[in-house]
Amino acid sequence: MQALTAGPAAAPRRQIIVGTTLGVVAMVMMVGGMLAVWSEQRTNFVERDGNWLPSGVVIPEVAANVALIAFIAICTFAQWAVWAAKRNDRGHGVFALSATALVAIMVINAQAFIYSSMGVGIGDGAYATMFYALTGLFMALMIIGVIFSVVAAFRFAGGRSDNEILAAHAIYWYAMSVIYTAIWFVVYVTK
Amino acid sequence: MTTIDPTAEAISSGLEPGDSALGRLLDAVADWLTSTDHKKIGRLFLGGGLLGLLATVAINVIIGVERAGIGNIDDNALAQIFDAQLVGLVFGSLLPLAIGLCVAIVPLQLGARSIAFPRLVAAGFWMWAGGLILAMIALANNGGGLGGNPDMVDLFLGAHGLMAIGLAATGVSIATSVLTTRAPGMTMRRVPFFSMSALVTGLGLVVVMPVLFGTLAYLFLDHRNGREAFGGNTGLYDWAGWIFSPGAAVLFAIPVAGLLAEGAALLFKQRTPARGIVFAGFGLMGVAALGAVTQDAVHNVPWAGTEFYLGGSDDVRQKLYDVVPWAMFNLLPLLGLTIVLLMALFLAKPVKGVKPNLTPALAFGFLGLGMVMVGMIGSALFAIDDLGLQGTVFAEGALIYVVYGTVLAALGGMAHWAPKLWGVNLQAAKVLPLAGLGVLATVLASLPSYVAGFDEPRDIYAILVLVGHVLMALTVLGFIGLLATSIMSQDGQAEADPYDGQTLEWATASPAPANNFVEAPTVMSAEPLADSKSSYGQTHSEKGDS
Repeated sequence: MQALTAGPAAAPRRQIIVGTTLGVVAMVMMVGGMLAVWSEQRTNFVERDGNWLPSGVVIPEVAANVALIAFIAICTFAQWAVWAAKRNDRGHGVFALSATALVAIMVINAQAFIYSSMGVGIGDGAYATMFYALTGLFMALMIIGVIFSVVAAFRFAGGRSDNEILAAHAIYWYAMSVIYTAIWFVVYVTK
Repeated sequence: MTTIDPTAEAISSGLEPGDSALGRLLDAVADWLTSTDHKKIGRLFLGGGLLGLLATVAINVIIGVERAGIGNIDDNALAQIFDAQLVGLVFGSLLPLAIGLCVAIVPLQLGARSIAFPRLVAAGFWMWAGGLILAMIALANNGGGLGGNPDMVDLFLGAHGLMAIGLAATGVSIATSVLTTRAPGMTMRRVPFFSMSALVTGLGLVVVMPVLFGTLAYLFLDHRNGREAFGGNTGLYDWAGWIFSPGAAVLFAIPVAGLLAEGAALLFKQRTPARGIVFAGFGLMGVAALGAVTQDAVHNVPWAGTEFYLGGSDDVRQKLYDVVPWAMFNLLPLLGLTIVLLMALFLAKPVKGVKPNLTPALAFGFLGLGMVMVGMIGSALFAIDDLGLQGTVFAEGALIYVVYGTVLAALGGMAHWAPKLWGVNLQAAKVLPLAGLGVLATVLASLPSYVAGFDEPRDIYAILVLVGHVLMALTVLGFIGLLATSIMSQDGQAEADPYDGQTLEWATASPAPANNFVEAPTVMSAEPLADSKSSYGQTHSEKGDS
């Protein structure tokens, strides 16, 4: 058999960005599927019992709205980090990544506040169980995002040229913004 | 390469850890457990899939014995056995065999030195394996969708969640490999058929498995806390049962079509014209994912009586609402499969002066895809209310058609690529009869269920199904025996390119070495190896096809 001629080393094809994008698609599908089940169950319970949100439960809308606004800041900071990486500006990059992680922690704090203010336990009926399942997985995704930001910040501060990782990091937070917006509308606005 | 540091004892005795038989064994075990070589991970998936398949066939035999009125199994145990049948068919056999072949072969076909994110795919394998074992432990302890032990039901749900995450991670890795690790010059139009089908399946895993995971999260929390939202453990099949439907299973059978397309081109050593049409066929089969992500196991097509009545405009509108999703989710994948099948038949046209090159890929792929097609037709018919098939064993027949069809193709794929995976060339004269036996087994294990769906359950149907499952066990055992004896005897030492192949996996040595290729090959056409062979005609690039 005749051997093929050897070519140059394969050009990088943005593997981390593509992988992160596929991971993000998986996250969106997971939350989308959960919101679809949520909507279906909400309709079923309203038809059967006349209400879905347990009586006496008040959702702290201010915290939910603030968390939504915070995602604008998160996306801005994440994009700022990409901008800084392109210019190899480590000061701006580390600051932007730290700010991203900090605001994300604030969103987690807001969600914890919502939990404590609502006064609903995880076993207090169908609504509570589904609420904690949905927002609990969202919290897990937020924690993963914070870890992503912190690791990216340390790598960037340590001198790595991480343009691709920071772009993937920004994609992650854009997707999280979309996910939270959907949760905010279905769970906190439509109720 | 060893992954274990020399032990203190070995250093003091002057021996390397691998010098003793035990040391060599430990080395080998550690190497396999921690490997990030895609060929090893793929073989682990395949080995796990074969074990899972044998266990599933055994479960099917037990069910067949019971249905035939020969056995006398406790009703509670029977519930777990039916659960185990579904889990075994989809998670224990179909998924690992299809995915294992993709993980093992796709990077070789792409001319890549490694799969994308190798640690991710290794983690995916262990999550799948761990989840499957936990699911079986749960079933053995009265868990499952119909189980009575709440803790074991929780374990069953959690185990499926673990498998879903692992399989989604593997899907990310496969899809990223095709999208980013292709050899220089390999545009998306030049991606080999099997790799393209793997891409569609990988993307399908990425979109389907997270939906399953989210639903399982609801079910798990609900089951542990009051069971008010989903009605306890039976909610598993109401809300997540779609993953066990034949329609969803088709998504994981797409590599069967890719295998057939690979084999068809090799039969008379032809380049495939209009590759885009075959790619479109894979894409249409991928529409099956929609049926899964919309979480519908069955699309009911009610027709107001048995005369297929059509009323006024409101009635027509309502029927369209029923029929359009059904057609989308059932007929489009069937159309895609038909396209691939027709293209394969087109390529099978004899060429003057060329001796037919009947590879295992073609024989098993053609027969396997045929079985999958019958399963898809059954899945489409099952939805039509007027046929009265719901609540019968018809759906089980359709699922077994799809799963066993995919199993056949996976066996063919293992035989076809055995030179690259094990360094042996399985003789066609020994392998091909297994394809015939496998088809007979599949038809016997499934067709009587179709007939029983239209008729009524009879002992003769159950006995025929039982015989079918036994024959499938013989097929699989025969294949494993043939492969094992070839590996141990080393009499079938394979050459690098035994089939006069077209794609890059045949450019490297057999078995494929670590890192696959010494130097990255350059690709000039969709059939890169054919460019340097006189047995093939002019290149696509010469014909202006890029």
